[in-house]
Amino acid sequence: MVGTSHVAEPGASGVQAHPAEQFTAPLRRFREALASSRPEGHTRQGAPAPLFDKAERLLSAAAGSMLALAGLRRRDVPGTLLAGFGAALIYRGASGRVPLSRALGYSTAGHSPDALADRSAHRGAELGVHVRQSLLINKSPEELYDFWRNFENLPQVMSHLKSVRRLDERRSHWVASAPAIAGGAVEWDAEITDDEPNSRISWRTVEGADVAHRGSVCFQRALGDRGTAVRIELHYQPPAGAMGRWFAKLFGEEPQQQIREDLRNFKRRMEIGEVISLEGQPRGSCHGRGKRA
Amino acid sequence: MKAVVWCAPYKVAVEEVPDAKIINRRDAVVRVTSTAICGSDLHLVDGFIPFMKAGDVIGHEPMGIVEELGPGVDQSKVKVGDRVVVPFPLGCGECFFCRRQLWSCCDNTNPKPRLAEELFGQSTAGILGYSHLTGGFAGGQAQFLRVPLADVNLQKMPEDLTDHQALFLSDIFPTGYMAAEACDIQPDDTVAVWGCGPVGQFTIRSAQLLGAGRVVAIDDEQRVPERMEMARRAGALVIDMHDQYVHDRLLDITGGLGPDVCIDAVGMEAHGYTALTAAYDKIKTNLFMETERPHALRQAIECCRKGGTVSIPGVYGGFSDKFPLGALMNKGLTIKTGQTHVHRYIGELLGHIRAGRIDPSFVVTHRMPLTQAPQAYEMFREKQDGCIKVVLDPAR
Repeated sequence: MVGTSHVAEPGASGVQAHPAEQFTAPLRRFREALASSRPEGHTRQGAPAPLFDKAERLLSAAAGSMLALAGLRRRDVPGTLLAGFGAALIYRGASGRVPLSRALGYSTAGHSPDALADRSAHRGAELGVHVRQSLLINKSPEELYDFWRNFENLPQVMSHLKSVRRLDERRSHWVASAPAIAGGAVEWDAEITDDEPNSRISWRTVEGADVAHRGSVCFQRALGDRGTAVRIELHYQPPAGAMGRWFAKLFGEEPQQQIREDLRNFKRRMEIGEVISLEGQPRGSCHGRGKRA
Repeated sequence: MKAVVWCAPYKVAVEEVPDAKIINRRDAVVRVTSTAICGSDLHLVDGFIPFMKAGDVIGHEPMGIVEELGPGVDQSKVKVGDRVVVPFPLGCGECFFCRRQLWSCCDNTNPKPRLAEELFGQSTAGILGYSHLTGGFAGGQAQFLRVPLADVNLQKMPEDLTDHQALFLSDIFPTGYMAAEACDIQPDDTVAVWGCGPVGQFTIRSAQLLGAGRVVAIDDEQRVPERMEMARRAGALVIDMHDQYVHDRLLDITGGLGPDVCIDAVGMEAHGYTALTAAYDKIKTNLFMETERPHALRQAIECCRKGGTVSIPGVYGGFSDKFPLGALMNKGLTIKTGQTHVHRYIGELLGHIRAGRIDPSFVVTHRMPLTQAPQAYEMFREKQDGCIKVVLDPAR
């Protein structure tokens, strides 16, 4: 897919989605999922979905060329209009964008899922990054709380945490890995601001933190035998404001997804005792390019 | 070890790859003794499941002998040397879904759930050797296979069953059975099954095991006469899909009512030569503006009697057009579908096999060395040599 500048800015949060969005959303999601199914190691945030399929764009460009030629031959007012329309179609084919709808500020490609996630995260009045994720875990609030309250356990499930060291009953020292551009690691001291056994833990960073933030995790017993609904909330100022977040996104460290993945690892750790890995499983090379089947 | 590797659409290879090994504490490594090619593997080979990467080891219908266990495996459930069938979806046995016997919806076994979350809203279980949408696990068309959460997933088989009697418990027998079982079949019901491939064959026999009054099978008499014959031998009435009056004939058989239960055992690559919509689907899928050709499903919905049940064991992956929602709603149909919850059915189906009510080996037409996998795929895909089901032998 062709990367264009056509991705929704986080600032688009106030803009109402166009009604067409509800019809195009499933197909758009599918195309984006396709775009993201490239080999590991490639960043997936970099390539927004273009508006049209390649075939549609080729058709558009071809039809546009024909119209433009026909219009130019006529050398009159309708001919000029025709040529103009043809040119617009060529542009649409070449860029995957619709000039008019662009001018009206609406896109059939909608917003990326990340942007949607960000939008919900941005609802709070505070500046900075707000993350909220929930997941159902088949364990009692007591078991989940006990694991979490011992912060030194957290690097087992939070892939970005390098270590957590207990300083005293309320304070702990945290080290997390960070994009190389931010120095490779960030550190902070956190203190517990609220501790309701088997129900909620809240914390915030103290003065001098690389990434100032506050967060909470709450454990709510679900209906029936469904276990416990766990919700994590985080609010933080990224290292260098919006620019830091942009960098983070570029390096694939999207906070909503990161916290969701961490929460999922917590669920796997508590429910099945491990996080299933694919590291070291066999793969072929396809050097022979395969045989036709 | 040798393994079947997906390289590109229409290209699979047999390659020497690193041996499968224990990665997690609850893993097992199984020495594969028989491993089948599934109709849904053809969706991978035909490029209908786009989430493949060159080098992926494929295959999800394996059985074999437990070679090695990780230190975290509960040895009261499975031991080295046990003869086991490996269900194609991986379950954990602990999450909301596994505890409700919805094993293929497991929350914990897809290591890469994000793709499926974007596509389906929520991720389903990991599946062995079946694309990165379902976890990117190396598959079972190989000499050795790593199976996560071995004490939950490996299914012990009695020694007196042959490989060909036990093997299809990994996928197609429970898949056909679940498709029929979900429909609450009554003794006076007519069950119509679209597709006489391996899943269709098991669906026909499962409907009979579950007491259906009559089973009708629909497929292509010109292209796959051997499959029609196999359905006839099971006691089904057969209708050629080229017959432009499939709908009328089904109504005629049922006294004008329509079949009580309609089962789509075809899935996303239906041909449907006779319908205009088939051409429409072909063009749209080739232009990537639609991901399936749901011709069989449309016909099943149109033919089903009012208030009847439509069951879908056939695989679909994305989005389709011209779906007859009006017929579905106004006729008050019930839809039953899902990837198979294999673990749920193993005990029940073993019972049927051991009581002699069914011998699943009937479906095997070819057993070939693993090294001939590309030829086997081509034969199966092109329906050459009367091919209905191929089992690969990794030892040869």
